[in-house]
Amino acid sequence: MEQLHTYMQNTGLNPGGWRKYFSFFRMRFFMGLQYRTAAIAGMATQFFWGMMEILLYNAFYKADAAAFPMSFRALTSYIWLQQAFLTLFGAWMFENEIFDAIVDGNLAYEMCRPVNVYNMWFSRSMAMRFSRVCLRCLPILLVAGLLPEPYGMSLPASALHGLLFAVTIFLCALVVVACTMLVYVLTFYTISPVGLRMVYVCAVDFLCGAIIPLPFLPDGLQRVIELLPFASMQNVPLRIYGGSMSGGEMVRAIGLQIVWIVVLIAVGRMLCARAMKKVIVQGG
Amino acid sequence: MITMEHVCKSYRIAKRNAGLKEACKAFFRREYDEVHALDDVSFTIADGEMVGYIGPNGAGKSSTIKILSGILTPDSGSCLVDGRVPWKNRIEHVRHIGVVFGQRSQLWWDVPVIDSFALLKDIYSIPDSLYQENLEELTHLLDLGELMRSPARQLSLGQRMRCELAASLLHSPKLLFLDEPTIGLDAVSKLAVREFIHKLNETRGTTVILTTHDMQDIEALASRIILIGKGKILMDGTLEDIRRGGENMDETIAQLYRDYKI
Repeated sequence: MEQLHTYMQNTGLNPGGWRKYFSFFRMRFFMGLQYRTAAIAGMATQFFWGMMEILLYNAFYKADAAAFPMSFRALTSYIWLQQAFLTLFGAWMFENEIFDAIVDGNLAYEMCRPVNVYNMWFSRSMAMRFSRVCLRCLPILLVAGLLPEPYGMSLPASALHGLLFAVTIFLCALVVVACTMLVYVLTFYTISPVGLRMVYVCAVDFLCGAIIPLPFLPDGLQRVIELLPFASMQNVPLRIYGGSMSGGEMVRAIGLQIVWIVVLIAVGRMLCARAMKKVIVQGG
Repeated sequence: MITMEHVCKSYRIAKRNAGLKEACKAFFRREYDEVHALDDVSFTIADGEMVGYIGPNGAGKSSTIKILSGILTPDSGSCLVDGRVPWKNRIEHVRHIGVVFGQRSQLWWDVPVIDSFALLKDIYSIPDSLYQENLEELTHLLDLGELMRSPARQLSLGQRMRCELAASLLHSPKLLFLDEPTIGLDAVSKLAVREFIHKLNETRGTTVILTTHDMQDIEALASRIILIGKGKILMDGTLEDIRRGGENMDETIAQLYRDYKI
């Protein structure tokens, strides 16, 4: 019994222990809300980017709309939501403080706290993404909603699709953070995060549908990519919203999201616990 | 009560000579050197003691502190802190200790210090009444007042160090590790920090282990001194054992380092 208690404390699973991770979340969340200028600049960029993308696709669709697996309206919603929630999805968004803590040894302080390092970083990363998205998503959605048909944002395909969008975007955030956590944890082993980070960002941007939506890829390739954890990111909520997934596909996609969340977190925690055992805190 | 018995820790360090040819060679075959950071270290520290832990750079001071605070796992040997093995159950252990690393910061850079304190309250699950009590006492003793409302990045080093000390004591630890707490501080701040540590030890009976290169810190604070060099404990005694008749402390220590060839 006592062993179980100790185990639960070490892994942060005991119910009373959640409070501190929530505090990390809150702290980081409010901190993130301070950066107003960055948010305004970001919104302008994202709005412009969304426009350009839509004009580009518009040209393609004019040539032959039937050649595409998504309707133009579903595609514009995809693009606007993608821009509005960019800072929730972004594979390139890492917290440099976490890398610094590992590389220069500030981790020493974090290890002197009665917290599970994995959980702490996880809640921090979630908070950072949520605070940024809170500042940015509404103005972009609002403006995109006011644009004329078919360039603007449309409502979800149905109320159910809207609800599932909300659920899957949350699951998507968990998958995204669980993946970035792996990059942080692997930095314990590689010492420098640079290479890993570069490969990760390039690969994930393509594989998650950030560059072009996954349905636009060739069938064979798409079938393989859809099984990867990266397809459980923005691909799922964005496609559900526009109604370009059938009922069976949606159930499978949500199931896969949950499977990946469990697997990625389990692997991340295991690697993190192993790293903690053999860690040599760098520098003096 | 802290006991360390026959603790050893070595690091593997990649080595090569300068030059392109050597660099290419190292690409295929790397040479490593074993550095014994700690080599059969044993000592016992009783509750309420103030111990100065001294030695030249790279002697193994920080490694010892890291092992005692559960961050580092030694290669061999045993270590008990109030009946706990620090690295076996890190989370349970660190609840009862406070640590200040003089060269690092535990305060959140961008938010007022008081927010960092509030976060620590939740991290350590400090009850409200105890938190208020400690905060008031520490604010008074360290003269924090207005400082707590500024972000950590805008504090001077001396101001920040006072806040760091407060941060590490909010949960009333029985044991406090200070790793070079006065590094880079001006005379006034140094005196304030020393006086505070002294008071803390007197009133709360907190055990303090202090590493420093500042011999005046040692003179002002430590009743017992442990000298470490090249990973071995060379001397364990009182200030008087080291001082040989009123000489300047720095010279005495330098002579001691020369005597031991460290």
